Amino acid sequence: MKKIDSTKRYEMLKERMGNGDMDRRSFFGLLGAAGIYAGVSGGVMTTMAQQARAAGTELYFEGWGGVVSEALRKHAFNPYEEASGNKVVDATFGGEAEVLTKIKAAGSTNGHNILHSSGVSWYKRWIDAGYGSELNLANIPNVENVMEAIIAPFRAITPNSLSAIPYDYGTTGIAYNTKFVSEEKAKELGANLLLDKELKGKIGAWGGDWANRAWYGALQSNQDPNNIQDWDAVWDKARENRELVLKYWSSGAELMDLLAKEEIYVTEAWSGRVAALQAQGHPIAYMDPPNGLAWMESMFVLKGSPMAEAEELLNFMLDPATAIAVAEGQKYPTSLDPNKVEMTDTIKALPAYDPTGKLDKLVFRDPVVWNEVEKEQSKQWNRVSKGG
Amino acid sequence: MPSSEQSIDKRPWLLLSPSLMAITLLVVIPMAFILVYSFYENIDLAVDKVAFQFGNWSEVMTDGYYRIAIWKTLRLSVIVTVLAAVLGYIPAYFIAMTKFRDKWLLLLLLILPFWISFIIRTLSWIHIFGNQGALNGLFQLLGLTDAPLSLMYNEFTVIVGFIHVFLPYMILNIYVSLEGIDENLEPAARTLGATPWQAFREVTLPLSMPGLAAGCLLVFVLTGGSYVTPLILGGPSDFLFGNLIYDAIVTELNWPMGATLSFTLLLLLGLVVVLYSRLMGLNQLSKAFK
Repeated sequence: MKKIDSTKRYEMLKERMGNGDMDRRSFFGLLGAAGIYAGVSGGVMTTMAQQARAAGTELYFEGWGGVVSEALRKHAFNPYEEASGNKVVDATFGGEAEVLTKIKAAGSTNGHNILHSSGVSWYKRWIDAGYGSELNLANIPNVENVMEAIIAPFRAITPNSLSAIPYDYGTTGIAYNTKFVSEEKAKELGANLLLDKELKGKIGAWGGDWANRAWYGALQSNQDPNNIQDWDAVWDKARENRELVLKYWSSGAELMDLLAKEEIYVTEAWSGRVAALQAQGHPIAYMDPPNGLAWMESMFVLKGSPMAEAEELLNFMLDPATAIAVAEGQKYPTSLDPNKVEMTDTIKALPAYDPTGKLDKLVFRDPVVWNEVEKEQSKQWNRVSKGG
Repeated sequence: MPSSEQSIDKRPWLLLSPSLMAITLLVVIPMAFILVYSFYENIDLAVDKVAFQFGNWSEVMTDGYYRIAIWKTLRLSVIVTVLAAVLGYIPAYFIAMTKFRDKWLLLLLLILPFWISFIIRTLSWIHIFGNQGALNGLFQLLGLTDAPLSLMYNEFTVIVGFIHVFLPYMILNIYVSLEGIDENLEPAARTLGATPWQAFREVTLPLSMPGLAAGCLLVFVLTGGSYVTPLILGGPSDFLFGNLIYDAIVTELNWPMGATLSFTLLLLLGLVVVLYSRLMGLNQLSKAFK
């Protein structure tokens, strides 16, 4: 049985209430029960978990939490555990920097095997830091169905082998509450909707990624995000945005909570999370401004992981039935090529979905350009976000 | 005449040795590592070079960004400490003076919140102050407002979050001090003509000062070293020095700067303890628990 701590348990309950799966009374009742459960049964559960760990190989997975983790657990990890006898111990991270900090502090990758890694930039960082593994693709035959366009940027970094398999993709566009912001206004202003003074105190932004803010700063200062010449102009726009921001959110669950409860009306947002809100009936619209940010996520296997089991899991996850079920659950299109695998109508309707399988209409971060300036500009963003 | 060596009583050192060893292993040596790391040089994200240079210290000393964070931290710590002292004294006084037979029950209620995770207790304020929270629900039910009031993500909610979490520390310290006061002193002052307020002000309050001061020191230091509460309940302007440490270590992956900032915070909070010692005397802390 997977052990979860009380904070995780609370987040799950909160997520369910946010999703409209339970009423407030049940939420508080279950919260109380969870507290008693945590206090009374901690020791017993620890013993049971130790016994459970004795069977099969354990694979430690870290991902983005919320609906994404729920989809992976339900459609990939649970069936895999049943089929293989191995265990997938999944946890949520706030970002990959957090994982890198932990690994660096511990001096080993023990307890960390597979990451739901974001973008090619982080793939390069993990490789450069010496944590890349060498996947034996012969053990992952389903990789044949993955889009060549999505796998090519990873091969460009490690031409001789792969440490990760691209799994999904999405965009970071702009979400807005249609009760308070009209579609005409949103389309007219585009990225500048995040600078609309009329919405002061009702704007949110992702605080956890300097590059995300810089990308939007580049769009707002009319620059090519993959070829920024004037960084001062970028941060001036971020400062302008900061004056209007109520809250810098730090997770997808927090993003959904802020939008669903109308704490904010406008924010940059992850396409899948907005699709999840729309599926719950919230009046939230989504748009990708011209040159909006697209990204791909991979399942990165860290060096020192049990490779045969990790490859087996990746192959299981890339099975079309599994990959499509996960994609429908997490609301991000799968990396499988729509020319090779028939997609469902639900996936075809997802934001950012590319029916051509070429991805040439989406603009991704150039990892060489962005990683080169990260040390200096991430520090700058931390200052700007605090009024510097 | 006995030699000076023979006159030294080694027993206190023997008795203290387990504690001293634990403090050395768990505090002094790790802090020494942090100090050493502060002289290293960060080359790239998560890549550090062993060096002995003062670049990180120079930046912390000369950059106004860090001074602002120090000012915000000290200011917020003072606000939280003063409010916690005022709000904490009343229940502590009540618990100490009540004739309620099962006083242990009141103390149990006081420590009950510690059974719940600090993060969850902090997050709970979103369900109270949020747009769809209990307070806005009540306001709308009473017809005081049509639309939800924006109560979240500002300095006020950060202060509330801090007081919620740290108040029991203050109450317990004051309570222990009040409990140790001879209960005949206040009636004696009354028989000598003092009003209830005078008796409290001139007898009880001064005698409870060690507990109050110990609680203040504890709350001040705990607030000054925090970073999670502003992260959850604060807006863009609500941050403390601890948040800069988090940024340096976790998001910039610059451990040498994180080490420098950590040591700076240690020095600042250590300075507060030194000031306390000069003004109150650290021996007052032990009086709080007598």
